[in-house]
Amino acid sequence: MEKWSDNRAWFLVLPVFVIVAFSAIIPLMTVVNYSIQDIFGPGNAVFVGTEWFEEMLTDQRLQDALWRQFLFSGLVLLIEIPLGILIALAMPKKGWGVSASLVTIAIPLLIPWNVIGTIWIIFTRPDIGLFGVGINSLDLLEIPFDHTARPSYAWITLMAMEVWHWTPLVALLCYAGLRAIPEAYYQAAKIDGASSWAVFRYIQLPKMRGVLTIAVLLRWMDSFLIYAEPFALTGGGPGNSTTFLSIYLVKLATGQFDLGPAAAFSIIYFLIVLLFSFVFYQALLHVGKGEKIA
Amino acid sequence: MKIKKRSFALLFYFFLLIIPIYWMLNMSLRSNADILSTFSLYPANITFKNYIKVFTDPTWYSGYINALIYVSMNTVMSLAFALPAAYAFSRYKFLGDGQMFFWLLTNRMAPPAVFLLPYFQLYSTFNLIDTHIAVALAHCLFNVPLAVWILEGFMSGIPKEIDETAFIDGYSFPRFFLTLFIPLIRAGVGVTAFFCFMFSWVELLFARTLTVTEAKPIVATMTRTISATGLDWGLLAANGVLTIVPGALVIWFVRNHLAKGFALGRV
Amino acid sequence: MARIQFDHIAHSYYPNPETPADFALKEINAIWEDGGAYALLGPSGCGKTTLLNVISGLLRPSRGRVLYDGTDVTDSPPEKRNIAQVFQFPVLYDTMTVAENLAFPLKNRGFNKTDTAQRVKEVAEILDLTTDLNKKAAGLTADAKQKISLGRGLVRSDVAAVLFDEPLTVIDPHLKWQLRRKLKEIHEQLKLTLIYVTHDQVEALTFASKVILMYEGEIVQIGTPQELFENPRHKFVGYFIGSPGMNFIPCSIDGQTARVGENSILLDPETAKRGSEAGGSLELGIRPMHLQVTGSSVEDGIPATVKSVEDQGSFRILTATFDGHTVRARIPEGQPLPDKKLWLTFPAHRTKLFADERLVI
Repeated sequence: MEKWSDNRAWFLVLPVFVIVAFSAIIPLMTVVNYSIQDIFGPGNAVFVGTEWFEEMLTDQRLQDALWRQFLFSGLVLLIEIPLGILIALAMPKKGWGVSASLVTIAIPLLIPWNVIGTIWIIFTRPDIGLFGVGINSLDLLEIPFDHTARPSYAWITLMAMEVWHWTPLVALLCYAGLRAIPEAYYQAAKIDGASSWAVFRYIQLPKMRGVLTIAVLLRWMDSFLIYAEPFALTGGGPGNSTTFLSIYLVKLATGQFDLGPAAAFSIIYFLIVLLFSFVFYQALLHVGKGEKIA
Repeated sequence: MKIKKRSFALLFYFFLLIIPIYWMLNMSLRSNADILSTFSLYPANITFKNYIKVFTDPTWYSGYINALIYVSMNTVMSLAFALPAAYAFSRYKFLGDGQMFFWLLTNRMAPPAVFLLPYFQLYSTFNLIDTHIAVALAHCLFNVPLAVWILEGFMSGIPKEIDETAFIDGYSFPRFFLTLFIPLIRAGVGVTAFFCFMFSWVELLFARTLTVTEAKPIVATMTRTISATGLDWGLLAANGVLTIVPGALVIWFVRNHLAKGFALGRV
Repeated sequence: MARIQFDHIAHSYYPNPETPADFALKEINAIWEDGGAYALLGPSGCGKTTLLNVISGLLRPSRGRVLYDGTDVTDSPPEKRNIAQVFQFPVLYDTMTVAENLAFPLKNRGFNKTDTAQRVKEVAEILDLTTDLNKKAAGLTADAKQKISLGRGLVRSDVAAVLFDEPLTVIDPHLKWQLRRKLKEIHEQLKLTLIYVTHDQVEALTFASKVILMYEGEIVQIGTPQELFENPRHKFVGYFIGSPGMNFIPCSIDGQTARVGENSILLDPETAKRGSEAGGSLELGIRPMHLQVTGSSVEDGIPATVKSVEDQGSFRILTATFDGHTVRARIPEGQPLPDKKLWLTFPAHRTKLFADERLVI
């Protein structure tokens, strides 16, 4: 729509700007500060410029963690977004089913993330966990299932946990977006003789652009930065097979107490997330849009 | 026929969703020894010991109270800040609007660990360590941008003509905003309120770093289930079940706002 | 083009309606002739949108039958009835161009590309949309979008009727008359049955050849705008039509006059006769523009006091009281206004009598 042009709108935005800037700028300055210095002790620091950045960018283990991370986030988006949309489409619009559905899908989202990891550990244990016992009783696998027995098992458990945990977020957003579509559009489509697929493609999907943008960006950012759940579930193993970027970063920072490289790593990390977020944002903003008449 | 298939698929999905929860419930009603020794589909020897512990031990139930306090504060604050800002982004063109909008979300793009030490130092300086407001404020970092983004999306679905008509009809801006506009975007407000609540409720790093005892939330207390004898699975499971309750209540309260969406015909 | 008939139609939104109040539409028997331009007029909540949705098939009525050209279509869904509906706000397929929007209904019905393109071109010409055909529909102005909505209905040459649900709501005021004129043109050109729902009497009275006035789920009167204005069959019609609405004063019949307190008003002999035959509570009805006002005493004039005067530009509305009754008169520009006291005259041929809210004929 044609927006009103008025710089006084800044007053409406000011509280948000102040609180977020205040929360963000100080840490940012601290991190940048650490990333370009080598600190030997209080008051004893040497400016090293881009040394830490170079070291981090050439670190083999960081590159491995990076690829694992991309794979993980890629899978997350590919599975959770379509699945979330389908669930939202299937959820009831009226009646008691609405409350029941909403509460049910909200449940996984409300459990603290470390608890989620712990639950899935027990759930997949071959001795006392339903999933573990169930899979093993089918006797299809060479090596009996235990979530850390093989990297592939770890990944499967991790993906199952992740999809179970976060798809409801996508579904909730899409559901709210769908409910915001006025009934008249469906009525017009009926009158025009449109098929259900056409209704989805020409009415529902375009009108979900806003919520889908948020869903994609949120899942991208949160999955790329993920820490607690995989760490609680596998600790990064077996071996390094599920050591994602955050886990590696924390290992680095706490293990070696080397704040310089950790700070440089954090900045690189942030920039990668930022870059892709920007790309997704621009793509979703402009897909399907036409020229506007002034 | 199509409708039936759809409901069946949905129910199947819900079934899959509930299984791990059921397993957690199962564990919460058994003693630790029982859990570790036998595999059982349902709690044969039910014990409420774990739940009793949570309800009677102040270190446990205070964790819930503390969390509820700062999460509610944060949800209210985030909504209060975000609503006018989202309106501005939706209706106005102003200097730096596009950049600012995207910048807001960038605050969610950094590894949280980066913020821990600076925040600790900052809040210490203001003597705000171990207060509810400290955690509520800290959570604004990621909740306010999210709230602005979601609300802006829903607001932009309402044609500006409605605002204009209201102003012509003599509505003052506050009256228009509160009595006309917010009801129109109720689905967005419902979703936003729930997400703010949820993200604040499950957040661990800031909540643990910025609190000591007075404001220590349940998420931090729960990590104490690890003792010399290993993990107390039963107690952890009971807490896991209980942490679901407040959030479930929140979504139940906003369900009507989520489901009703918006009907232009009623304007 | 079709002749639409309602046979004992009633509708309730409740699954088990009991009292009449549960019904959004109380029993309706009506006929919409082929090619007519009808306005469904009434206040909010009177049931006009419900009625429209029963015509289009978006709503299945609780009782009764809907017939198109004699065929029972009550169970047919909208797409089988071949109607078109234009809503309060433009309903478009945002991701498509104008041409694709217009072609959509035809595509869904399996028309081939050439016929579709031809038809789209024709309709675009009628609606002055030819230059916009390849633009994305989402970027156009509100009135253009409403035209596209209308176009999607017109593009099917066998369309039975075009239904409008307050279509000018989001249109800029100075463009409203343009669209109204376009609708009238289309009606004359294509001879389609048009049914137009509105709460704005100006829209209804200028658009329609026949106005259907509704109140609380019932049709109160059907007639030309003229008939509704001059011979309102029901107190509500008198009150709703006209700005301001008709004046109503409780009275009693005494021979050939109506008595309002101490005052006598001479009535038309026929009216008086019927009035004394009819029972129930009687009321006098007279339109503000027919009520005569003089500053000095006249024969048969009723003394009254001025309460307020509103200047509406080309005329003034004068509110006066007498004997505890308030009336309004419409005074044309130029006529002098009385200061405090005035005399009201009720021309007999303009004074109507209502018994139990119904016109005494």
